[in-house]
Amino acid sequence: MRLVLDWLDDRTGYRRLVRAALVEAIPGGAKWRYVWGSTLTFAVAVQFITGLALWASYSANAQGAWESVFYIQNDMAGGWLLRGIHHYMAHATMILLVLHLMQIVVAGAYRAPREVNFWFGLALLFIVLGLSLTGYLLPWDQQGYWATKVATSIASITPFIGPALQEALIGGADYGHLTLTRFFALHAGVLPGALIALIAGHVFLFRRHGVTTGERPAGARAGGNPDGQFWPDQALRDAVACLAVMAAVLYLVIRTGGAPLGAPADASEPYAAARPEWYFMFLFQWLTYFPAETEILGAIVIPGLVVTLIALMPFAGRWRLGHRFNLGFTGTILAGVGLLTWLAYAQDRADPEFVAAQHRAEAAAERIVELARGPDGIPPSGALTLLRNDPLTQGPQLFADRCASCHSYDGHDGLGNELAEAQTAADLKGFASREWLTGLLDPEQIATPRYFGGTDFARGRMVRMVQSRIAGFDAAQRDDLAKVVKALSAEAALPQQAALDEADRDEIAEGAALLASESIGCTECHEWRGAFEQDLGPVLTGFGSREWLTGFIGDASHPRFYGDSNDRMPAFGPDEILSEAEIGLLVGWLRGEW
Amino acid sequence: MSEKPQAADAPHVVEEGSSGTAPAPRRGFLAGMGAIAAGGLAFLAPVWSGIRAALEPLERPRQDADLVPVAKLAAVPDDGVPHKFRVVMDRVDAWNTHRQLPVGAVYLRRAGDSVEALNVVCPHAGCFVNVAADRSRFVCPCHKSSFDLSGAVNDPASPSPRDMDTLDVEIRGDEVWVRFQNFLPGRAEKEPVA
Repeated sequence: MRLVLDWLDDRTGYRRLVRAALVEAIPGGAKWRYVWGSTLTFAVAVQFITGLALWASYSANAQGAWESVFYIQNDMAGGWLLRGIHHYMAHATMILLVLHLMQIVVAGAYRAPREVNFWFGLALLFIVLGLSLTGYLLPWDQQGYWATKVATSIASITPFIGPALQEALIGGADYGHLTLTRFFALHAGVLPGALIALIAGHVFLFRRHGVTTGERPAGARAGGNPDGQFWPDQALRDAVACLAVMAAVLYLVIRTGGAPLGAPADASEPYAAARPEWYFMFLFQWLTYFPAETEILGAIVIPGLVVTLIALMPFAGRWRLGHRFNLGFTGTILAGVGLLTWLAYAQDRADPEFVAAQHRAEAAAERIVELARGPDGIPPSGALTLLRNDPLTQGPQLFADRCASCHSYDGHDGLGNELAEAQTAADLKGFASREWLTGLLDPEQIATPRYFGGTDFARGRMVRMVQSRIAGFDAAQRDDLAKVVKALSAEAALPQQAALDEADRDEIAEGAALLASESIGCTECHEWRGAFEQDLGPVLTGFGSREWLTGFIGDASHPRFYGDSNDRMPAFGPDEILSEAEIGLLVGWLRGEW
Repeated sequence: MSEKPQAADAPHVVEEGSSGTAPAPRRGFLAGMGAIAAGGLAFLAPVWSGIRAALEPLERPRQDADLVPVAKLAAVPDDGVPHKFRVVMDRVDAWNTHRQLPVGAVYLRRAGDSVEALNVVCPHAGCFVNVAADRSRFVCPCHKSSFDLSGAVNDPASPSPRDMDTLDVEIRGDEVWVRFQNFLPGRAEKEPVA
């Protein structure tokens, strides 16, 4: 063995290299407070390792990015852990960087001869910010998409080159394939390359200058601590600190189940919960204070000045009070950043519309996982097609857009918002279910806004019939009515009632017969299995079924339904207010088919 | 091994500056300049083509936005409130041509037989502007820009530098056609992107 190593050293001189790397005198001995630089290097190494592994499964294109991240997160063995480590280590890197910077400023380590190394450190900070900004878009979910739009919009107000910069960055006029390929090239190639080069320079300069002890004037030998060596004293402390960082990151990954993944990006779908990562939130909040054309002050000029002042700290530090000024300045900036961050989160928490948007985003994120795990999986056209054809996702939005000006759904507009205008037509939650029909035929309820209260039918025959005839029913008739409700509701064949319908087959058959009987008398006005006296109200055969509801939403004025007595229900089908597909999605949602 | 045997402890290191003597200053200067020129030239093609590829989006010919059908006139309620409609059109995304892809959305507001169209994108920083829950105004969920229902900025503290972007509308028969365009954010004047 020794012979082999001797030979290797003879040909390569590796021992000298190892000695150079490990033997470094540390004045005053190894210390815990020297560990921060090493933990940062460690964090970067973790990002390289996990990043390369993620790269091996990631696809940078508009129909594949979200899908490949979904695959990593949900299907790949250990993928959630890998992605979680990459995600939370990015957060840890930000924290470690700020700690490192604070330590440098407090110790005055930016002063001669370390000016250049201080600038290297600042440049590293910006590269890390660039890495997190570009990385945020790569999963191509709604959150990353809309938050990054804000960032590239800000890039476009850069003086002179703004629009060109934005276009080159996103690869055209609009987000698409090239936005992802470019952001990925930046995230996995350009920025990491620059990072390695700067870290190499940073460490080289650090070794040239040695640690900043901060405690003793240069040249003086104070205290009893003898000089230590990097290996093994400081290395042990560094390794333990790295382990602690990793443990913290793992704790977060396991506690949260890994990095979040929202619904896939969609330019045509509003996303009111767009926010950047927490370490950019102060900037996000900051921009709300700059009205109209002063945006450039908030987005570019003031941040630029602050950074310039930080970069000039080494020179400011030469004045008699310079170091104190730098300390105060850094402290003020950090306090301001902290305050803005706190304000941003506090305002969001207090804003019901934001909270609702966040809940919708979470629901969409959960829903897309269900859909992607469905029998058909994710089609090559991307996961977005799943959401666009999903009744549970589209139904509430269509309802809010097109129906909620008259109808309500469980008292709200379908999306959970309060109704903007007073409800004038029926509440459609559970339409055609036993519960819904029982309420319809209840003398106390039929004339309330939940049913016909807001319509012309409030004074119509149906309401009068329920309020006079049914109100006078005896116990036996009420039992019969309950069977009729079951029979009518069974016509809808609602998926949620399938088991009940199956169990109550006999009662349903009885109810079906009673429907046309004299004592109940539905067929006096409605058609039921071909029988009717007068064809006044909607046909009851197939009531609430997919076919019936599709026809009804299509055109309630059709003779099958309300005919001429239709109140204000638009002809959504013939007038093409809703497409066939949209009506299908609404019907599917109202019937609980998903 | 055909290698010449060496003394066991003689390291195989070529000492810096041990070979040759310094060239005459004039010749050295010319050689140095030559090395820089030749080396630079060698890198010229790859660097130039790399930069060109990076800036390629700027060279791509601008496409005029055409009017596209967005909704039936009957689908736009005459209630004075803007309603959101998806814009579905053909879209070339680098190497893919999508037929009838939802590429964005517009707000349509009807006034009798005429219709106003607004791009949903906030002129401040590109977020998707919402109609407030009480339908009294537009509000951007990002930096809280506020607009009245015609899209005009209605609050002096609003971060948006201009009103929401109006789009050309034509009523063709019973259909509403809109020239779907995006505009550069963050400036007072409305400049189309691409």
